[in-house]
Amino acid sequence: MFIAASAAIIVAMALTLIRAILGPTIYDRILAVNLFGTKALLLIAIMGFLTERPEFLDIALVYALINFIATIAIMKFFRFSHLGHPHEEDNLGDL
Amino acid sequence: MACTAFAIIRLRNLFSVVILSGIFSLLAASLYVLLTAVDVAFTEASVGAGISTLLMLATLAITSEYEKKSERSTLLPKSIVIVTGAVLIYGTLDMPLYGAADAPANLHLIQRFIEESGKEIGIPNIVTSILASYRGYDTLGETVVIFTAAIGVLVLLGHGRNRWRPGKQPKIARDEQEEEV
Repeated sequence: MFIAASAAIIVAMALTLIRAILGPTIYDRILAVNLFGTKALLLIAIMGFLTERPEFLDIALVYALINFIATIAIMKFFRFSHLGHPHEEDNLGDL
Repeated sequence: MACTAFAIIRLRNLFSVVILSGIFSLLAASLYVLLTAVDVAFTEASVGAGISTLLMLATLAITSEYEKKSERSTLLPKSIVIVTGAVLIYGTLDMPLYGAADAPANLHLIQRFIEESGKEIGIPNIVTSILASYRGYDTLGETVVIFTAAIGVLVLLGHGRNRWRPGKQPKIARDEQEEEV
């Protein structure tokens, strides 16, 4: 069952990769990289159970955190074109 | 990974190149996890996929989004890369299998570390004694390199802070450009 699940995840990773390469708009690509991170951590978790090392689950959790923070940072960068202090005119930069 | 690398080379839209390099880092991190080098994988995932993607996006906001076509011939660099890659692959041919019990690294060194390091160094944790004592100079050199890099980056950023503020580029115009392509 784990092998079938990991095969399905690898297929999904390939599809996401195709979308990231072809993707016409930037939103496709941001979504693709986010999904790819999710698939990678799922694959790590399944590989942990497949090789009978369930502590890989904790590693997958940390991966999820990193992935989330990276996606938020990219989105924020695209909204405000910087990460640091707010602009002079709008005060939304520190959200 | 190879597919991602080729796409990174071929694509001219630099934003998708940045995104694909993030995906490449994630793939490399998964590979490191499968090789049970979890600490390296963490560094790769946070630095490679997180910080460096953001730094490259920040660079993109200052420069243009599309790569210029270069007119120079790429035959010499291509041949150098292909020859180097072939030599490296040839070098891996007689390496022992991953995790093989009769690999030279597993025969003498690991045995000695497991049996003697507690007596020689006096630290109960083997990994700590290897990093702090057997590889002491290595770790010291790494620390010096990182310290120098941090000083260099701080000097660069400190001088450029007031002059080179990234211009406020209209994002909507960029999106329209995307959709036209």
